[in-house]
Amino acid sequence: MSLFPHRNLLGIEPLAPADVEHILDTADSMKEILDRPIKKVPTLRGKTVINLFYEASTRTRSSFEVAERVLSADSLSIATATSSVQKGETLLDTAWNLEAMKPDMIIIRHQCSGAPHFLARHCRPAIVNAGDGAHEHPTQALLDALTLRQRKGRLRGLRVAIIGDLLHSRVARSNLWLLTKLGADVVLCGPPTLVPPGIEAMAPVTHRIEQACEGADAIMMLRVQRERMTGGYFPSAREYFQRFGLTEPRVRRAKKDVIILHPGPMNRGVEIATEVADGPYSVILDQVTNGVAIRMAVLYLLLGGASEVES
Amino acid sequence: MSGKLLIAGGRVVDPSQGIDTVADVLIEDGHVARLGVALRAKGAERLDAKGLVVCPGFIDLHAHLREPGREDKETIATGTRAAVAGGFTAVCAMPNTEPVNDSAGITRAILDKAASEGACRVYPIGAITKGSQGEELAEYGDLREAGCVAVSDDGRPVASARVMRRALEYALAFDLTVIDHCEEPSLSQGAAMNEGPVATWLGLRGAPAAGEAMVVERDVLLAELTGGRVHIAHLSAAASADAVRRGKARGVRVTAEATPHHLFLDDGLVRDRAYDASTKMNPPLRGEADRSAVVAALRDGTIDCIATDHAPHTVDDKKVEYDQAAFGIVGLETAVGLCLDRLVRPGLVELSALVSLLSTRPARILDLPGGSLAPGAPGDVTVLDLERRWVVDPERFASKGRNTPFDALRLTGRAVATVVAGRVAFRA
Repeated sequence: MSLFPHRNLLGIEPLAPADVEHILDTADSMKEILDRPIKKVPTLRGKTVINLFYEASTRTRSSFEVAERVLSADSLSIATATSSVQKGETLLDTAWNLEAMKPDMIIIRHQCSGAPHFLARHCRPAIVNAGDGAHEHPTQALLDALTLRQRKGRLRGLRVAIIGDLLHSRVARSNLWLLTKLGADVVLCGPPTLVPPGIEAMAPVTHRIEQACEGADAIMMLRVQRERMTGGYFPSAREYFQRFGLTEPRVRRAKKDVIILHPGPMNRGVEIATEVADGPYSVILDQVTNGVAIRMAVLYLLLGGASEVES
Repeated sequence: MSGKLLIAGGRVVDPSQGIDTVADVLIEDGHVARLGVALRAKGAERLDAKGLVVCPGFIDLHAHLREPGREDKETIATGTRAAVAGGFTAVCAMPNTEPVNDSAGITRAILDKAASEGACRVYPIGAITKGSQGEELAEYGDLREAGCVAVSDDGRPVASARVMRRALEYALAFDLTVIDHCEEPSLSQGAAMNEGPVATWLGLRGAPAAGEAMVVERDVLLAELTGGRVHIAHLSAAASADAVRRGKARGVRVTAEATPHHLFLDDGLVRDRAYDASTKMNPPLRGEADRSAVVAALRDGTIDCIATDHAPHTVDDKKVEYDQAAFGIVGLETAVGLCLDRLVRPGLVELSALVSLLSTRPARILDLPGGSLAPGAPGDVTVLDLERRWVVDPERFASKGRNTPFDALRLTGRAVATVVAGRVAFRA
């Protein structure tokens, strides 16, 4: 296998299409390990990984932890509610202290966009962005792409609708970069108050969900955060669901074999109807399994690959 | 201020008198005594200016000296040393100190400190409102008497149109100009940079240029309504320039300044520098269309002067997540070099026009002494070497602040000597 040409994974934007495919192919080949009776390989034995989570996360954090264990990396997770951050320690001090423990990688989730870049500039370990503010969530986009590729056999030419709060969504940004790099045909949809300026340069924007769903191979729903509902972006959860929620009749405008993705956690009855979330086209649980495979691939390529480069 | 200084053989550029010729300048007792060819002055100290440009001292209408209160960021001593190192002979000190300069006592304390420790002239600016809270007017009569040259709530924009109206009216009694930091706070809440495609891709909250322009429009209309004098601080948007241009055409008493960073940088730098906080200031770096509109407004006279918005911060205030970093960059030691390299060298602005933007016009905007080398004017002189090549090295700044996006930049042209009241305050 060829070497991965990046030290960090800060976002999808800086990756070449070949890099993305490289990660997806690696994840495909690693997924099989998860079906073995003994789910453990020695690949990253002796490597230390720190999961530094400044924001609550169930899915992403446990997914990284599982991936680390399967690959035999030593890992520890730091949640900021129980750390020195509560005592006023700065991100840089925290990072330098962790760095002094000689980890090979820090996986960071942070509410501030650019926090992973800040760490990458000031510390030595490889940095993986597990979600920064409204900027990027690269492993989420990768696992979405892996799911799409498994179900549809390709990404090029697929019509993918991304629907919801585009303004605050790092998932939307990472997916938009990834899907456009790999030649998918993306359409964006949300209320105008939740569409950030300039995004239309990357993909067409519609404010009508029926139009976005029309002929779609896949629909990616974005979570509407509770604080947005009172933030004046739209009048009520009720109207949001009526005008922008994914309902059965709207799904029927898509292709027959449409698949529906959601990064979770879902707000049933706000952005997605329960019958859609639990319907036959929902691949939400596949996404979770693929999430582990993607994170294994990222760990392997950045940690396994890097030492080969240096030796 | 006794003694004589002869600045000999330089190219004297003084737009206040329409002069651009090789001549000597003789300063006696702190004031310009004579301007002429081959002047002789017995016992005068001599500053050889052959091959150099001799101008009336540069005046910065917009600097944050941080004292009193934030001496960890800057002091009057370090800030004025930075000023003379950058070619400025006078700086106007913004009132957002701790406490805010909203009373005669604080103004006098600043002036006392400047007299004993300052390397250049310091002109305090008083607050528009008490504590810069945007509610009750500060005591302009006392502030003026104590030495304030203008009022401003810089950094804390006056949100209420009613308060701004009263400020413009009341300031008339004391011949004070109101300097406004134009920003509609409800549109810029939580913003870390300019609103636009770059902010979208970086996932940072943006402040739209319209939020500045609508307050510039408001201020122009209020100046028209009241007959007051308003000066627009750090103008950064095309629509703001347009508002000023239309106001001037109607005879409204409005003036405006632009900073070097808004003239030479755009918001793409936030992306290029991967969230480095040296690109974070308020108003933020705008898009390229706004940037070039600010340059055009400078060239067509809509913008009256160049000011630095020198805003020193500690490393700790800047070396953090972008959202949490302090707003502002230092500017006193880079402004003149940048303007010579990026405005005069490419022919965008004539040298004499630049001297006017940095000296004559700022003096006129606030009725300050200086801005001229006419006999009797203050003996404040900036000497430029248009060919001097240098590299911006924040580690060598006289300022305590190191926060600049211009670090490591190679520039041609800079101030090589700064004379304040006939005394050589800086030589490079």
